Amino acid sequence: MNIKTVPADPKGVDAGPHFMDGDHALAEGALAAGCRFFAGYPITPSTETFERFAERAPEVGAMFIQMEDELSAIAANIGAVWGGQKVMTVTCGPGFSLMVENIGLAAMTETPMVICNVQRAGPSTGAPTLTAQQDMMQARYGPHGDNAMIALSPDSPQECFDLAIEAFNLSEYYRVPVIILTDETVGHMHEKVVIPAADQIKVVPRNLYNGPKEDFRPYKFNSQGGHPMARAGDGYRFHITGLTHNEKGYPVVTADQNKIVVTHLMEKINGNADDIVRLDEDQIEGADVVVVSYGITSRIAVKAIQDARKEGIKVGSLRMITIWPFCEKRIRELAGKVKTFVVPELNYGQMVLEVERCAGGKSKVISVNHCGGAVHDPEVILEAIRKGNK
Amino acid sequence: MSTHQIRFSGFGGQGIIRCALITGKALSLYDDKFATMTQSFGPEARGSACAAQLVVSDDRVLYPYITQPGVLMALSQEAYDLYYPELPEGGALIVEEDLVKLKADHANLKLWRVPATRFAEELGNRLFTNLVALGFLTAVTGVVTADAMKKALPGLVPDRFLKINQKAFEKGYDYGVQAMKMSGVTA
Repeated sequence: MNIKTVPADPKGVDAGPHFMDGDHALAEGALAAGCRFFAGYPITPSTETFERFAERAPEVGAMFIQMEDELSAIAANIGAVWGGQKVMTVTCGPGFSLMVENIGLAAMTETPMVICNVQRAGPSTGAPTLTAQQDMMQARYGPHGDNAMIALSPDSPQECFDLAIEAFNLSEYYRVPVIILTDETVGHMHEKVVIPAADQIKVVPRNLYNGPKEDFRPYKFNSQGGHPMARAGDGYRFHITGLTHNEKGYPVVTADQNKIVVTHLMEKINGNADDIVRLDEDQIEGADVVVVSYGITSRIAVKAIQDARKEGIKVGSLRMITIWPFCEKRIRELAGKVKTFVVPELNYGQMVLEVERCAGGKSKVISVNHCGGAVHDPEVILEAIRKGNK
Repeated sequence: MSTHQIRFSGFGGQGIIRCALITGKALSLYDDKFATMTQSFGPEARGSACAAQLVVSDDRVLYPYITQPGVLMALSQEAYDLYYPELPEGGALIVEEDLVKLKADHANLKLWRVPATRFAEELGNRLFTNLVALGFLTAVTGVVTADAMKKALPGLVPDRFLKINQKAFEKGYDYGVQAMKMSGVTA
């Protein structure tokens, strides 16, 4: 993948070491990535991102709007993107549910944007101040219709910063909404966060079209990323709609055209999964048990893994940094080679379904589910590892 | 690998969260440690007992919450009542001596008493209570260096009050050093 990057604009980069929470680090990552527009509606436990961005916006020259609700917030962001801005918003489950319709619109209109879901325990209003990882499937399947999404999951405030930049870069290149699936624990925990100097941060700039006006097409259905956009008002004629459309953006509502558009939306992500998917692996080679985890749960899992190794169990760790597209290829490679996949998550069993699908019955899969509200007791994960080793 | 778990507690407005932020920043930016800070959060944490926790380690902190604190700083009666039972034998208990009435002799703990509010008032404002207590904690526990704590202050206290906060820290620190000498205990 050869994607053009430029150094970050120093105005948005608060370089140096900080002691910062994950929510603040998301805002700093967005600013470093060149995000200069943020429309949102505050909701626990994501409000600190909102506050940080609002506080920093005047210094950086960014625009911040508190909208009347999440529906208008996401809609304002879509508008700002077509006005030329890089945008982000933050929310959690209840707000994300309200945003889902227009996230679908963003996916259909190939509008790049970053949406952070600082997950709290649900369903519904649930437990606003308590942690969870219950919106993993919603990030992928929230909007109606077929469209592939990218979602990333940080395990620390440092990674909140790093992945915010990566989310913007992926979003710009593939012209797709990218979801950052973090959680109350990572969002509210303070740790050291090192923000590099601006010239050390690689940013994918908005790819603006500058060819002959009559040749401009806002879309190219080639199952790839990298297609340029134009800003509304710059004199290029184009149309943006949620209806099935042609490359100029005008509605063409036929089965043939739907096949062209849907194939493109799915394949530009799934067909490039090898370039997109990032995993953090440890001692997978020769392992009998592999713990598949993500976000805050992966840190608790490492504690259990360390204890299991002391007991002589050969256990590896596969931490998913990229949640969607799912690391299908890697799980299929390992299926049959490892005895058991152990999948701890702060939900009733969501990503474990993907692991089971790709394991295809060749390895055992143990779900270590949790109803949310707290992190796992490492002992429970350890017990599952022991069981998986039998 | 050595791990410390510290709980800072008191009532809302005493600057309890600030204590944990300063100590966490000092440890992770200037003392070359890993520190993870979490705080009591939610409706149950408003207007009553307030607490912030710090897990400190030579290696990356995996489990971010406190499992068994080695140090408890309690600046209010309610916080003391709530949290002292979880201290293990040999743990350090630091209390605000004018605000906390002890319920036991705590012979199995390292007990430290500091009149932090009174000292802060002597410096001009009880708002500096937390810095007096932090200076004291730094001296008697040794979990963080005084140098790192002083470096951590800028940015976490308002610029115009930096000097007086430093003074409050030193006042607590000196009192802690003295208390150590008096008791013959080492951190």
